[in-house]
Amino acid sequence: MWKFILRRILGMIPQLFVLSILVFMMAKAMPGDALTGRQMDPKADPERIAEQRVQMGLNDPVHVQYIRWIKNIAHGDWGVSYTHKTRVTEVIGDRIWNTVYLAFGTLLITYLLAIPLGIISGRWNDSWMDKAITGYNYLGYATPVFIFALLMLFLFSFTFALFPAGGSVDPYIEPGTFSYVLNKINHLVLPVMSGALVATVTTVQYLKNEIIDTKTRDFIRTARSKGIPDSKVYSGHILRNAFLPIAAFLGYEITGLVGGSVFIESIYSYPGIGQLFVTSVMLRDFSVVTALVMMTSFATLLGTLLSDIILSAVDPRIRIE
Amino acid sequence: MDNVSFTVNENEIVAVVGESGCGKSALALSIMQLHNKQRTKIEGAIRYRDSDLVALNEAQMNKLRGKDLGMIFQESLTALNPLMTVGRQIEENLDYHTDLTKKAKKARTMELLAKVGIPLPEFTYKQYPHELSGGMRQRSMISMAIACNPSVIIADEPTTALDVTIQAQILDLLKSIQKKTHMGIILITHDLGVVAEIADRIVVMYAGQVVEMGTVLRIFKNPRHPYTRSLMNSIPSAATGQDRLHVIEGAVPSITRMPRQGCRFKDRISWIPDNTHENSPELHEVASDHWVRCSCYKHFYFQGRKEKR
Amino acid sequence: MALLNVNDLKVYFPIVGGFFRRVTDYVRAVDGVSFELHEGETYGLVGESGSGKSTAGKAIMSLNKAASGEILFGNKDITKLSGSQIKPLRRDIQMIFQDPYSSLNPKKRVLDIIAEPLRNYERMSSVEEKKVVQNYLDKVGLDSEAIHKYPHEFSGGQRQRIGIARALTLKPKLIIADEPVSALDVSVQAQVLNFLQELQEEYKLTYLFIGHDLGVIRHMCSRIGVMYRGRLVEEGTSSEIYENPRHLYTKRLIAAIPDIRPETRREKERLRNALKEEYEQTFASYFDDTGRAYDLKRISETHSVALP
Repeated sequence: MWKFILRRILGMIPQLFVLSILVFMMAKAMPGDALTGRQMDPKADPERIAEQRVQMGLNDPVHVQYIRWIKNIAHGDWGVSYTHKTRVTEVIGDRIWNTVYLAFGTLLITYLLAIPLGIISGRWNDSWMDKAITGYNYLGYATPVFIFALLMLFLFSFTFALFPAGGSVDPYIEPGTFSYVLNKINHLVLPVMSGALVATVTTVQYLKNEIIDTKTRDFIRTARSKGIPDSKVYSGHILRNAFLPIAAFLGYEITGLVGGSVFIESIYSYPGIGQLFVTSVMLRDFSVVTALVMMTSFATLLGTLLSDIILSAVDPRIRIE
Repeated sequence: MDNVSFTVNENEIVAVVGESGCGKSALALSIMQLHNKQRTKIEGAIRYRDSDLVALNEAQMNKLRGKDLGMIFQESLTALNPLMTVGRQIEENLDYHTDLTKKAKKARTMELLAKVGIPLPEFTYKQYPHELSGGMRQRSMISMAIACNPSVIIADEPTTALDVTIQAQILDLLKSIQKKTHMGIILITHDLGVVAEIADRIVVMYAGQVVEMGTVLRIFKNPRHPYTRSLMNSIPSAATGQDRLHVIEGAVPSITRMPRQGCRFKDRISWIPDNTHENSPELHEVASDHWVRCSCYKHFYFQGRKEKR
Repeated sequence: MALLNVNDLKVYFPIVGGFFRRVTDYVRAVDGVSFELHEGETYGLVGESGSGKSTAGKAIMSLNKAASGEILFGNKDITKLSGSQIKPLRRDIQMIFQDPYSSLNPKKRVLDIIAEPLRNYERMSSVEEKKVVQNYLDKVGLDSEAIHKYPHEFSGGQRQRIGIARALTLKPKLIIADEPVSALDVSVQAQVLNFLQELQEEYKLTYLFIGHDLGVIRHMCSRIGVMYRGRLVEEGTSSEIYENPRHLYTKRLIAAIPDIRPETRREKERLRNALKEEYEQTFASYFDDTGRAYDLKRISETHSVALP
C-alpha cells in the first residue's frame, strides 16, 4: 500500500515537470509582462522600467528564465505578486483557507442532501417522491450555477437581507473569537448553498441509477432467496454496492472544489482561489497564475490517487500492493 | 408459462429440461416467489407441505425462503455479493432463520464449508467470491442453500458454467448431500446428459408448457413427444459418431408470438399432418408415470433420417 | 502434408511485482506444445479452463506472441514474421469466436461486418462486394435481406452464422473455432455443427476446434489433443482418446462426461470414484518434479501419451 502511494507520487514528478514547462511557456506567450502596465503611466520613466526589466531578468533567454523560476520553486519561492506587492505564497495562503471552507461546506451539504434523496429515488423508483426528486433534478441540470447564485443573492441578501452579500468576514472582528467563527459561517451560507443545491442533482441522479442497477443484479436475487427482508437487502447488499462509484468519485470531487469555484467566488466577491485566479489573469499577474495552475494540477493528481486509494479500501476486488 | 403442474417428493430429484426461453427459469423464480410482482400474473397454486406459496405474503414467504426452500443459482460469480466475504454470505442465512449465537453461527458456517468439500474452511470463510475458483464458488453457493437444512432445493443450471470434471464433482456432491438430508431437488438444466446422470424424474418443457414428463429411466429409453425425441437426436455424444445431427426446423417462438391455441410444437414438425394435433392439447398418461402432451406423438417420425436410440 | 505445424510452442504471460513493477515470473500458459494439422481434417484441442487451449489458438492467429517455438504455416514461421508480413497469412487463417453476442460489433450492419475482412484485402466495388456478401449469407442460410440489419436483430445461432460468414469471405484454408457452440442451445448447436461440417466438405477447410465439451469435440474431430496446464498430455484419434485413454488426466476427463444413458449411471459413478482414488494416489507420478507433464511419447502410429 505505502509502496503503491510512494510509486504514484514519484510518478507525478515527470508529469508536473512537463506541466511546469507548458505553464511557463503559456505565461510567456501571453502579451505583455508585469511591467507593461507601468509603461502606460506617463509619470513612469521608460529608462527606469527598462532597467527594472534587466534587473528582474525579463530580457534573459526563455530557458534561463525557466530554470531560474523552477529553481526558485524548488526552494519554495514562487516569486512576488506585482499587484499585491507580496510573496505569491502569502497571497495564496491568505485565500486558500477560504476556498477550503467553501469547498468542504459545499461537499458536506451536497452529500447530506444527495444521499437520502438518491436512496429514496432509487429504492422507491416511480413513486411520487421519486417523481418530485426527479423534477428537482431536471431543474438543477437546467439551471446554470451563476444564474442560480445571482438569484440566491438577490433573494436572500438584497430582498430579505438574511445573509451578507459578499466577503468572507466582516471587518473589525477579532479573529479567533466565537463571534468571528459565526460571522465566517454566516458569510459561507449563501455561497455554499448556491453551489451545493446545484451540485446535488448530479450525485442524486448517479446514486439513483446505481441503486436501480444494483437492484437487478444476480446477487440481490440470491440475497432474497435466503429470506432476507427487503429493508435488510437494501442496507446489507444494495447500498454498499451502489455507493462504490460515488465513494471513488470523492477524490476527484475534492480537487475540483480546491480549485475554487470561479463563478460562486466572483458573484459573492468571496476572497478565495477562484476569484484570485480570475483577477490575476486579468491583471497579468503571472507569478500568481502559474503558481495557481501548478497547485491545482498537483491537487488533481493527488485527487486521482486519493480516488484509487478509496476504491481499493471499499472494493475487495481492487487491491493495491 | 402456461398450465404447468408437477410434484416433487422427498428425496427425489426432478429435472426440468428445456432450451432458453422455454420458461424453466421463470418456473424456478415463481416457486421461490422471486419474480417481479408488478410485471407478473400468477394463477394456480404452489403447494409446499400445508401452505400455498402463491397465497403467502412477503413476510411469511421470507420465513420459508432460505430455511425450507433453498436455491442454487447458475453463475456463481455474479450470484454472490462481490463486497461480502463468502463466510458472511453463508452466515446471513443463519442470521434470519436461527437464533444461534455469533460464535455458533461461525462454527456452523465452517462446518457447512467443510461439508461441501472446501479444503480450508477457516481460510475460505474470509475470502471474497472473486478469490475463489468457479468450482469452489459453486460449492460455497451450495453450502449457502443448505445452511438451514431445507426440504426443497431449487438448482438453476448449477453446473452450466463449470468444467466437466468439476461438474461431475458438484453433481456427486448434491447427491451425497441428498442422501443425508432426504431433500427434494428441482434441477433446472438444458443438459440432458446431466439429467441422465442424476435425476429421478424429468419434466420436459417447450414454449412455456410441459410437453412430456415421467421417470428418467423410462423417458430416456422411450421418449414419446416429438420435441423430446428431436432434442435427444440433436445432442452430439460419444455414441453418435460423426453423422449429421438432427436439426429441429424453425425456431422457438418468442413469448409475444406464442401460439395460444393448438400444439405449440406444430410449426416445427410441419411434415406431420395437421389433423394429428389436438385443438387444445392435454397431457395424456401413456404409461404409469409417463405423460405426453398432444396426440401428435402417435404419428411422429423423423424425416429422412434414422432415429438414434 | 501438414498444413500447420506447431513446434514446441511456448506462450508466457509476465507477472509483474516489486517496487519498480519488474517482471518477477511468468505464467506458462502454453508450455511446449507441438502438434500438426493435416489438410482437410478437424483437430480438437480439449482441456479445462486455464489449460492454455485458447491461448494456443490465439498464438496461431498471432493474437498472442509466442515466447519460443515455431508455428509453421506452409513454409513460413508465423512467430518470426512482422506485422506486415503476417497480413497475407491472416487471409488464410480465420477465427470463429465463442460468444456470438459480443464478437459482432453491435453498431455495424451485417453487410459491413461480413465485408470487413474483404475490405482489408481487396478493392471491390460496392456492387461486387454486396454480391459476395449475399452469396455467403446464402451459404450460411440467412436471408439476403439480412445485410441491412444489425446483430441484435438476430438470434444466437444466426449471429454465430454471421460470424462464420465473415470468417469465410476470404476463402481461408484454416479456421480456428474457439468454443463456437458453447453459448448455444442444443438444437441450435446441432445446426451450427452440421453446418460447419458441410462447409468443410465444400471448401476443403481445415479446422482447429477448441473446446471443453467433449461430446461436441468427439462428434467433430478426427484427431484430438488433450491439454492440461499448458501441456499436451495425450494425443490421438478420437476413438483412441475416448475408448482407450492412457493418461490419468484424460481418463478422468472422459469419465466426467455425463452419459445420455441413465442406466449406466451407477457404473459410471463407480468408475469415477475408482478413478478419483487412482488420481489421488498416483497423480504425482504422471508429472515431473516441477509439476510439469512429461513430453509426449508415441505408443502407436497415431497415439501419443505424456508418460515418464
